[in-house]
Amino acid sequence: MIDWGAIFSNAAVEVLSPTTAAYALAALGLAVHFGYTGLLNFGQAGFMALGAYGYAISVLTFGFPVWAAVLVAVGASVVFALILGIPTLRLRADYLAIVTIAAAEILRLLFTTNTFRDVTGSANGLSEYKAGFRALNPFSFSGKAGFGPWMFSANDWWNIVVAWTIVALACVLVWVLMRSPWGRVLKGIREDEDAVRSLGKNVYSYKMQSLILGGVFGTFAGMIFILPRAVVPSNYATSLTFFTWAILLLGGAATVLGPVLGSIVFWVALSFFSGFVARAVEAGWLPISEVQSGQLRFILVGVAIMLMVVFRPQGMLGNKKEMSFVK
Amino acid sequence: MEPTRSVQTRSRGRWLLLLGILLSALTLSGIAASPAVAEDGSAASASDEYEYHFSGNVQYNDEPLEGVKITVEGGGFSADTETDADGKWTIGVPEKTEYTVELDEDTLPDGVVVAKGENPRTAEFGLTNNKSVNFFLGEGTRVTVSFFDQLINRVVNGLNFGLLLALAAIGLSLIYGTTGLSNFAHSEMITFGALMTLTFSSDVGLPIGIAILIAILLSAGLGWGLDAALWKPLRKRGVGVIQLMIVSIGLALAMRYTFQFFYGGQTRQLPGASPAEFHLGPLSLSWVDVASMGISIIVLLGVAWFLLRTRIGKATRAVSDNPSLASASGIDVDGTIRIVWVLGAALAGLSGILWAYYRPGVSWDMGFQILLLVFAAVTLGGLGTAFGALVGSLIVGLFVELSTLWLPADMKFVAALVILILVLLLRPQGILGRRERIG
Repeated sequence: MIDWGAIFSNAAVEVLSPTTAAYALAALGLAVHFGYTGLLNFGQAGFMALGAYGYAISVLTFGFPVWAAVLVAVGASVVFALILGIPTLRLRADYLAIVTIAAAEILRLLFTTNTFRDVTGSANGLSEYKAGFRALNPFSFSGKAGFGPWMFSANDWWNIVVAWTIVALACVLVWVLMRSPWGRVLKGIREDEDAVRSLGKNVYSYKMQSLILGGVFGTFAGMIFILPRAVVPSNYATSLTFFTWAILLLGGAATVLGPVLGSIVFWVALSFFSGFVARAVEAGWLPISEVQSGQLRFILVGVAIMLMVVFRPQGMLGNKKEMSFVK
Repeated sequence: MEPTRSVQTRSRGRWLLLLGILLSALTLSGIAASPAVAEDGSAASASDEYEYHFSGNVQYNDEPLEGVKITVEGGGFSADTETDADGKWTIGVPEKTEYTVELDEDTLPDGVVVAKGENPRTAEFGLTNNKSVNFFLGEGTRVTVSFFDQLINRVVNGLNFGLLLALAAIGLSLIYGTTGLSNFAHSEMITFGALMTLTFSSDVGLPIGIAILIAILLSAGLGWGLDAALWKPLRKRGVGVIQLMIVSIGLALAMRYTFQFFYGGQTRQLPGASPAEFHLGPLSLSWVDVASMGISIIVLLGVAWFLLRTRIGKATRAVSDNPSLASASGIDVDGTIRIVWVLGAALAGLSGILWAYYRPGVSWDMGFQILLLVFAAVTLGGLGTAFGALVGSLIVGLFVELSTLWLPADMKFVAALVILILVLLLRPQGILGRRERIG
């Protein structure tokens, strides 16, 4: 029989999981790019990979402390944003889409190739970089603590607290920035680039700043993403970017809390769906294999992206007027 | 300049298919029967401490190879072993997750290598605790060739690859030109052609020529169906091009995993995928390469004739140039777009079949592997221009193949994508594009 309790508690765990926080933050970066500036960044996986590898390589190869490793990762993503932005931000929107998706794939291939195996670990990726971060952990209880389905170890709680604190700070930052004159210029660029240019604003520079800000969010998301897992290059394939886009469109592209809500709803729903399908397969209700049930979730995400864009482009929290720039 | 690095030339001939667990459905003659692989507790003593086991059997020409080193890595775990006198090996691993399995080619006898793209490879456990991983071994392609000979072979391979890219790129470019859509689902139209060929040749058992024809017709049907069921209604709703692009990304994701759902994650070979090679001076080619290039050139000439000489082709170019003006001149814009979708999908399907022979192999994500190269080709030539797409494809194809003279093979796609970014920096409208398109 189906164990509904396990399905529900597994789904509930996703609400707090650092992975959910990482996707929320990456989607918030895309909200800055797409929702507020109108930039089509399909290379968020590349920014996340830079966060993950920038941090892990700094710690493992150069022996940097945590704060220096974070700075290296952020610096790398700023450089990456400049490289992407300089050739494409003057061009029409879909050029940026093609270049960002290509650049993210270049990064993934560079991290996968055997040529740099000593530094990147090639296809096996990197692990053993967590000691410095865990040394900062103020929680010291042994075993698990918490309530209801949320029973975690001290290290897990430390991951969760850090991850969601960063997400909260990022949300406040975006909220403040988008109410500022700077944010109003970005929204102006989104609505009508030429009008903003005729007011004497340097559109190119504003777009670049937006690309860098959202990219840095992606980098922090990449660092949060590797708190509960190892750095593996295959995680940074284009499907990571597409999942992040699905979350953004689900929550609402031009909103601050949309990406957070979108990420929670997305992962809870996906965990619930996967748990149900896996158990239904075990119980013999569905005539498919265990492996196939894993693929169903990707099909579902694809269909969800299509339906959201067509029928509710503003997402769960958005205002339809804010999405009139999407032409 | 003699390269000292030993290179693996793209010689697909003479691959001896050793173990056919994944390939047992193939009708190719000359496949060794699936060997008895240890599926239960016959693990070697070294691996008793773990619950999950990878195992395999290394043979060449039906002779077991002893002392071949196999390494398994993943999730922070790493172990290696050597094959025993029967060519068998087993490695225990701690977790039921994904691992990389690598065969050390230096421990193989001289003149024997692992098939291209097979080594190292990732393996995952299914429902059981044992997983067999086997490598296809081939004869004597690990040779050092003079730089000039390599150059000629690379140029010919590059042209072949560029021509098959061009088939897909022209469709993508025409769709972009007529509808403004950057169709990220084009990769799945490429995969579809190859999968249908596989189904009708290997699974249904039809001759390969007929299977290819059916696959191209079905691809054309797919293009018709997608336009009729999805894109035309969305155009009528007035959905913007950015939204359409995101829809195509969702569609690509859904289609790709639907393919994996039905066809699984493995790579299968089309009939005749390992032909004999012949030599023309320094050039080594197979009839498949020659046929592939011939078909590409004939089809591309046909498309050029269609675009330049027929009424529908001229209408297509008119719609691509300016849809409103075309519509005002009495051209049926929707009908033209429908034809473009059918033509683009059929070309993509054919491109997928040729790509399946070029790689070689058919897998669920094969189209996605070249999607970005197709985009690079289209952008390079100039978005929306059919002949630009052809020029761009040839450049990308040559560049990918020639870059392997200097770069490791697993980085050859990097070079082409870097070129894409450089071109946008220097000449954003592409080689044959016009300035006003880049707005």
